[in-house]
Amino acid sequence: MTTLTIAKALNAGLRRALEADPKVVLAGEDIGKLGGVFRVTEGLQKDFGEARVIDSPLAESGIVGTAVGMALRGYRPVCEMQFDGFTMPAFDQIVNQVAKFHFRSGGRINIPMVIRIPYGGGIGAVEHHSESPEAYFCHTAGLKVVAVSNADDAYWMIQQAVASADPVIFFEPKRRYHERGEVDVAGDPQPLHSAKIIREGSDVTLLAYGPMVKVCLDAANAAEDEGRRLEVIDLRTLSPLDMAAITRSAEKTGRVVVVHEAAGNLGLGAEIAARITEKCFYSLEAPVLRVTGFDLPYPASRLEDEYLPDLDRVLDAVDRSLAY
Amino acid sequence: MSELSGLAGPRAGAQADVDYVQLLTPEGVRVENDAYEFTGDDEQIAGFYRDMVLTRRFDTEATALQRQGELGLWASCLGQEAAQIGSGRALGPQDQVFPSYREHGVARCLDVDPVEVLGLFRGVDQGGWDVVGSRLNLYTVVIGAQTLHATGYAMGLERDGLVGTGDPDRDAAVVAYLGDGATSQGDVSEAFVFSASYNAPVVFFCQNNQWAISEPIERQSKIPLFKRSSGFGIPGIRVDGNDVLATYAVTTKALEQARSGNGPSFIEAYTYRMGAHTTSDDPTKYRLADEVEHWRLRDPIARVKVYLARGGGVPQSFFDDVDAEADDLAADIRKRCLDLPDPSLVDAFDQVYAEQTPYLVEQQAAYAAYLDSFEADGPESGDGAR
Repeated sequence: MTTLTIAKALNAGLRRALEADPKVVLAGEDIGKLGGVFRVTEGLQKDFGEARVIDSPLAESGIVGTAVGMALRGYRPVCEMQFDGFTMPAFDQIVNQVAKFHFRSGGRINIPMVIRIPYGGGIGAVEHHSESPEAYFCHTAGLKVVAVSNADDAYWMIQQAVASADPVIFFEPKRRYHERGEVDVAGDPQPLHSAKIIREGSDVTLLAYGPMVKVCLDAANAAEDEGRRLEVIDLRTLSPLDMAAITRSAEKTGRVVVVHEAAGNLGLGAEIAARITEKCFYSLEAPVLRVTGFDLPYPASRLEDEYLPDLDRVLDAVDRSLAY
Repeated sequence: MSELSGLAGPRAGAQADVDYVQLLTPEGVRVENDAYEFTGDDEQIAGFYRDMVLTRRFDTEATALQRQGELGLWASCLGQEAAQIGSGRALGPQDQVFPSYREHGVARCLDVDPVEVLGLFRGVDQGGWDVVGSRLNLYTVVIGAQTLHATGYAMGLERDGLVGTGDPDRDAAVVAYLGDGATSQGDVSEAFVFSASYNAPVVFFCQNNQWAISEPIERQSKIPLFKRSSGFGIPGIRVDGNDVLATYAVTTKALEQARSGNGPSFIEAYTYRMGAHTTSDDPTKYRLADEVEHWRLRDPIARVKVYLARGGGVPQSFFDDVDAEADDLAADIRKRCLDLPDPSLVDAFDQVYAEQTPYLVEQQAAYAAYLDSFEADGPESGDGAR
């Protein structure tokens, strides 16, 4: 066991991936000498060279589009989008090309690519630096989407994503980059596309991922003081969803609250609520509720604490769920 | 220069007022160029002729198949045969191609079965050929997107140590095909930036066929297109796109430069889209018959035939044989196109991911069961009929 920040755990995981497979290459803006604006790739160019840790021109479509070509040549590119909002210039390449190549080729061509996206708010940033665009990618067949919430998952899931034969959109909770956690580097990681119960409970299930996992854990601790036992599940995989884990918990508690920073309208919570309703209708004691960002463009940073789901809004939803 | 050699036509202007590399005039006369030379023999030129005639016959048959409802759409390459065969025959055995969606002549040069090209347009698949074996990547319909894939692939070649070794059996390069309209796309500019920055072995082969559906080249560029790349640090050259000797010579040289580690280059093959953009288009709404007539006199195949017959002493029987081969090809393509099996939507669920997801398995099974429910209840159901 070792204690690392999420950023350092990602760095260590990327290092392991680079060591394990000479075809792994990293590409992105400022990821080489600077080590990335969040220092996730710090030291990797020095150790693995400029051909494998590529400082890219400032063009996101170019980063992803050339990575497609490298993948077709047998490489495993790991692209960094510097910030969530800057993913959009690459949206065409991701949705039209990365996601569809395998299907268009009748299943003959793989695009084993990872696109890392530091995402979410809470860092007091200027506009376009606090977005949660995961639903766009979950909506796109051909992509797999995961989000990490802690250092141990950061270390292992980035390696599993790199090893995946399918393209993986990899969301990193940027406001939690510097939070520390235990990393079991000798451990046996659970499969990439599986959820994890991180706190057992019987009254209400909280489903969260990325930066909202900690908010939900804090809410569960607070609720315990009032005698309420909340179950907290870290979804980890957003597409495909681990429906087996989700329905097991929903059937146990009968009450589910989904929490994410992204806006509610057509977000992950909507899909999860629909699927739980389809699969667990007779087990439910209350409608599946959502605590999400409001349906606003991400607001100016002085408003973000109010905009983002927090402990109180989660507990308010728990109260509403239990009131049924 | 001959009367037909210049570019001045109905839309002469900044775009047309430029010299270009030409080695065979529209009248079928070989001409010298200081920088480029066609070093092949007449047998090779006869091969080009055959390639172009067969490509045109394939294209004509595909258009007919669309008109008869057998293809959903067809993007004709009529008039662009010299650009495609010249560049396609310049490819070395290790070179890789990233096409747009009109490169049927290039597909021929890479031995892709024309019926596999038709599959996309018939709607039975989205690119049925062996991409790795043929070295022809999937057709790319999002304009310009493939130029980035080509650049990334070329960056991979460089990392694989397959550039600039001096070993002709080892060194490789990439050709990215694009059109005049594509040069306006951001992805193409980004491909120029990346390929220049990393000195990637990629040749951007732009078929300027003058029209992006209804938008003329003047809408895409204030300057001749071949000058566009120089601002990115990439040399550009214009070649007579209807001259198969010139497109071959120019592409050969560009590929040699790329393979030897001298970086990317840009070729503007100045040609003309004789047909519609696709079978859904009606070019009479936006361009003049005079212009088409101007280009008909510069036909890429006619000039080679004249040269071979007059200068090369090729007998009439050769041309007759090629025509007969073309008709056989057309009949074969037609038959096998109509025989293409319809795809199965149930099978499509297996082709989304390399590592299948439980969710799709569940959806696939539910859909298969839904289909089965009709068969069980149908009039041909054994139990019900009894």
